[in-house]
Amino acid sequence: MTGPDNPGPAADASRAEVLIDVRGVSYSIDGRIVFDGLDLTVRRGRITGIMGPSGTGKTTLLRLMTAQIPPDRGQLRVWGRDLATLTAAEVFAMRKRMGMLFQNGALLTDLDVFENVAFPLREHTDLPEPLLRTLVLTKLQAVGLRGAADLAPAELSGGMARRVALARAIVMDPELLIYDEPFVGLDPISRGMIVRLIRQMNEALGITSVVVSHDVPELAMIAHDSYLLSGGRVVAAGTPQELRDSSLAVVRQFMEGSAEGPVPFHYPAPDYLQALLSVEDP
Amino acid sequence: MSAALPDAHLARSVRKLGAVAVFFYRLLAQCVPALARPRLVVSQIYNAGARSLVIIMLSGLFVGMVLALQGFDLLQRFGSEDALGTATALALLKELSPVITALLFAGRAGTSLTSEIGLMRATDQLTAMEMMAVDPMRYVAAPRFLGGVIAMPLLATVFSIIGLFGGQLVGVQLMGVDRGSFWSQMQNAVGLKDVMEGVVKSAVFGIACSLIAVYEGYHAEPTAAGVGLATTRTVVASSVLILLLDYVLTACFI
Repeated sequence: MTGPDNPGPAADASRAEVLIDVRGVSYSIDGRIVFDGLDLTVRRGRITGIMGPSGTGKTTLLRLMTAQIPPDRGQLRVWGRDLATLTAAEVFAMRKRMGMLFQNGALLTDLDVFENVAFPLREHTDLPEPLLRTLVLTKLQAVGLRGAADLAPAELSGGMARRVALARAIVMDPELLIYDEPFVGLDPISRGMIVRLIRQMNEALGITSVVVSHDVPELAMIAHDSYLLSGGRVVAAGTPQELRDSSLAVVRQFMEGSAEGPVPFHYPAPDYLQALLSVEDP
Repeated sequence: MSAALPDAHLARSVRKLGAVAVFFYRLLAQCVPALARPRLVVSQIYNAGARSLVIIMLSGLFVGMVLALQGFDLLQRFGSEDALGTATALALLKELSPVITALLFAGRAGTSLTSEIGLMRATDQLTAMEMMAVDPMRYVAAPRFLGGVIAMPLLATVFSIIGLFGGQLVGVQLMGVDRGSFWSQMQNAVGLKDVMEGVVKSAVFGIACSLIAVYEGYHAEPTAAGVGLATTRTVVASSVLILLLDYVLTACFI
């Protein structure tokens, strides 16, 4: 287990090839600091979990890693390339090697389930229709939704939409898969299936995965490396077990789900009693 | 302070104009690749054009009928009822067809385009495309823009034909204008230049309306209120721009 000044997996980066390297990244939105000197490393062939309370900028970090937004300061390197130096065409070429699962699925509403999964193949390959169909049905079978191939996105539940989105994310056989809150709102069966899929794709195909989540038990089951973000920095890093055994107050608060601790549960507000007493009679 | 406010407003307006111009350039650059996928463009012509047909035909019929009524009332004061066909045709072809079709297009197809693209933005569909290395400008914006640009002159033509039919219905069938005079005078007086004026106007309005609709949708704030505001902006900006361009184009043709 390591503290904020020594992000563990990063320090051991030499043990495995670094795929994503975040160094001293700062980012703010409308003057509000989201990240202040963030350091983080994702290693090839491993599952890296990024945890943190809501509003800590986990999704923003994914957007930075995928060159959707540029940082104010610092450097992000993916596959050894500095994202700031890439042209738009190079960013697109890099994204062809990635798959991303969005929190809400982000399925294209004017296409049915089959065409949603086939979309990247149709755009980037000239595969013959029978082969394309086989590939799409294989991926849909993997997420248990081959029977839903003809349904429209509007006919799917939230969990089903997420599974279709996962099938779409893996259809191009990416080297890197990025999951944004993959377990939120799923029933236990779907949740277990997604956990197994993430692990299987990592073990069988060696796909590097970045999983952003605040579902500690699920992440603990699959992540090799974990980072806990708070206050715009990495406050703890290590294996899930190391995080669980941590004595740091902020880590304990997050792992135990306590309202009391360094991470405030309440949004900053004037004194509660004063606010109640100042309410005038109708 | 009082001078700073108009300055800030002016700067904002100029910035937005610049942003629209850059967006238009990017859109045009993606139109050729988008045409390589004709299925997408055809489906947008269907959405913007075929689905607007009923409202265009109904409006065209009533506008033609009203034109004939008003025209007959005016012309009979000078004993020139026979010129009703010419008056109806010129008013429709040169002015009312392109303008009213464009206004209806902005209200029906333009709002639909803006809200559809805005909702795609709000539900991360455009971001998902970017993450799949697909440029939404090529896949979403350009086909919709082209669909609108192609559909608009076609709709204006339908409006004119139905309007002429409505004018004939009232002028000839109801008010008793001679059928031969109605059509022959129209044939003699209406030239290719008059028809071209309508065609050019509807093409320009089609570009303006589709550009505004796609731009506003693409840049809508990704919230329910943001999409609503963008849709309103589409109708307001399109309507004002149509009338402004109409004046400019009319002045050019005279």
